[in-house]
Amino acid sequence: MAPLILSRYTVVSALGKGLDETYRALRNRRSGLRPCDFEDAGIAAYIGRVDEVEDVLVGGGSASTGLEQFDCRNNRLALLGLQQDGFIQAAIEARERYGAHRVAVILGSSTSGILETEHAYCHRDPATGALPSSYLTSHRYTHNMFSSAHFVRTYLGLRGPAMVISTACSSSAKAFATAARFIETGFCDAAVVGGVDSLCLTILYGFASLELMSSGPCRPCDEDRDGLTLGESAGFGLLEKSEHAGQPGAVALLGYGESCDGYHMSHPHPEGTGAIRAMQAALLRSGLTSGDIDYIHLHGTATRANDSIEDTAVHSVFGPSTPCSSTKGWTGHTLGAAGVTGAVIAAICLTRSFVPGTVNTTRIDPKLRSYVLLENREQPVRRVLSNSFGFGGNNCSLIFGTV
Amino acid sequence: MELYINGIGTLGPGLAGWAGSRAVLAGESPLCEAAPPEPSASVLPPNEQRRSSETVRWALHVAQEAMQQAEADARDVASVFASSDGETGVLDRLCTALATPQRTMSPTLFHHSVHNAASGYWGIATGSQQSSTVLACYDSSFCAALLEAAAYVQIEERPVLLVAYDLPPPPPLYAARPLRGGFAAALLLTRTPAPHNLAQLDLALSDDLSENATSMDDAGLEVIRSGNQAARSLPLLAAIARQCVTLVRLEYLEDQHLVIRVMPC
Repeated sequence: MAPLILSRYTVVSALGKGLDETYRALRNRRSGLRPCDFEDAGIAAYIGRVDEVEDVLVGGGSASTGLEQFDCRNNRLALLGLQQDGFIQAAIEARERYGAHRVAVILGSSTSGILETEHAYCHRDPATGALPSSYLTSHRYTHNMFSSAHFVRTYLGLRGPAMVISTACSSSAKAFATAARFIETGFCDAAVVGGVDSLCLTILYGFASLELMSSGPCRPCDEDRDGLTLGESAGFGLLEKSEHAGQPGAVALLGYGESCDGYHMSHPHPEGTGAIRAMQAALLRSGLTSGDIDYIHLHGTATRANDSIEDTAVHSVFGPSTPCSSTKGWTGHTLGAAGVTGAVIAAICLTRSFVPGTVNTTRIDPKLRSYVLLENREQPVRRVLSNSFGFGGNNCSLIFGTV
Repeated sequence: MELYINGIGTLGPGLAGWAGSRAVLAGESPLCEAAPPEPSASVLPPNEQRRSSETVRWALHVAQEAMQQAEADARDVASVFASSDGETGVLDRLCTALATPQRTMSPTLFHHSVHNAASGYWGIATGSQQSSTVLACYDSSFCAALLEAAAYVQIEERPVLLVAYDLPPPPPLYAARPLRGGFAAALLLTRTPAPHNLAQLDLALSDDLSENATSMDDAGLEVIRSGNQAARSLPLLAAIARQCVTLVRLEYLEDQHLVIRVMPC
């Protein structure tokens, strides 16, 4: 495929707001994970919570009125993301350059604003069981799966194609693939891509019930790893054709690969065949070979199964010498937003000649055969592959590089 | 952008199965608003049929019908699933459990709650490792899925199974999202002509909203169309059923129309 320029990008996670704070936390190996202090969740685990989400006011933007109805934790986190690194201004410039109808909004989320519904169920009418009336009118703008894209396109005044992709933890990676297809087919000229997922009781108690959560901060690829840590994040990118935005040194999407395991709802294929298919498809589309990839940003959730099966898949495509690591020890697993978080970290690697190692991990599992980095590195990086694998066996690999 | 329809599956009030639905939509037989039969979703192994949600079974039932009609192998076909509200029955049980002091959640309930449950079960049932995208766009979910499926067919040069589905949420969620009735529709799309072509489509996005979006002439069908995003496929399905050249306009959000020229094969 022709490279598509990521002309502006940003992320907010437990590491901080925007590119500089994210880079500094990665470089200084400062993890954003802390003991669970989300609402009154009695979960013996760590979380990657974003400070200040509670203080964000959902309002303003390009629409004069009506933004308040989108108010919920998920859209507050989305707005906090939009406000970093000049993203709003870049999106408005794209709108003026291409026209509002020619800029798409393709986002990923797994649970949208379900927290609002969780709260509403605690306030049902004792006699009738009815949900509070304020919830009934806001449901479309908060919990409905389209809510985050609806909010972002309304806020930015965009009128092009829009959707939320919800394939669990591969959601916002797949948003890049769909946006690339829409640009190539001419359904739009540019796209705001990315995703947002915020903490909620559903995922905390859900992952606890699956016994997939570590009681401490997660330790990707550690021989004693014992589960994931949940986090939250919002990330956005502006994807454009290179003839419009191709400055030398710009970060570009070079390829994507999508696949399914066709195996199990919550357990990856034991031989990693779906993951292998996604990585190979991404290489094929970018016209690159495995030797062209300088660094692999692993999905690396720190569950026993994920890290071991992803290792099998990575080793089978790349062999034992391509450096790889997981940043989940810094951010936690941000589910539907994990794909865009990985994409922005890939862009940081490319522009700052930096490769993150792995935090919280003390000894790399000797059974893993890929080249998993423990320590950070300072080195030129030209191409990065980032993996995202989700429940339902849904996989997406993205390749980014500089042009 | 040109593509071909090779198989159709439907499930809705008076519209169970393409053979009967085609006759109703072509105006050859009246709409009998009988409650649709229980979806069989026999593509799922019996134990998975028992465990899966009603929403999943509706989606897989129509998916299976479209694939059988086209005699296509699911292992060669990518998929696009579109649902505005997803697993509302599961979410109701989950939020009810979280509102109790114990907050006891069943792991099965949790992994059935994801928006991509139907897509995941389709993969498990068929063993397909092709891409599957699951999307939501409120009342324009079918339209967004048609755009995504068309782009995929065009760029990736692989057949795509589009499955749109939504069921009315159980109370109390129904009051927040009063979808009138359940509806599911599946279309198998290809880039090039195939032996089982039902129609050729040529589609384009337009921001010219001077003409109204296409609605259904029959009042009963219009009630179904306007009550569920998946049923917003009905104007397209009716044009295919009538087998004459028709221009169909589907609303894509409030800003654009997806204009589809439907040609018989």
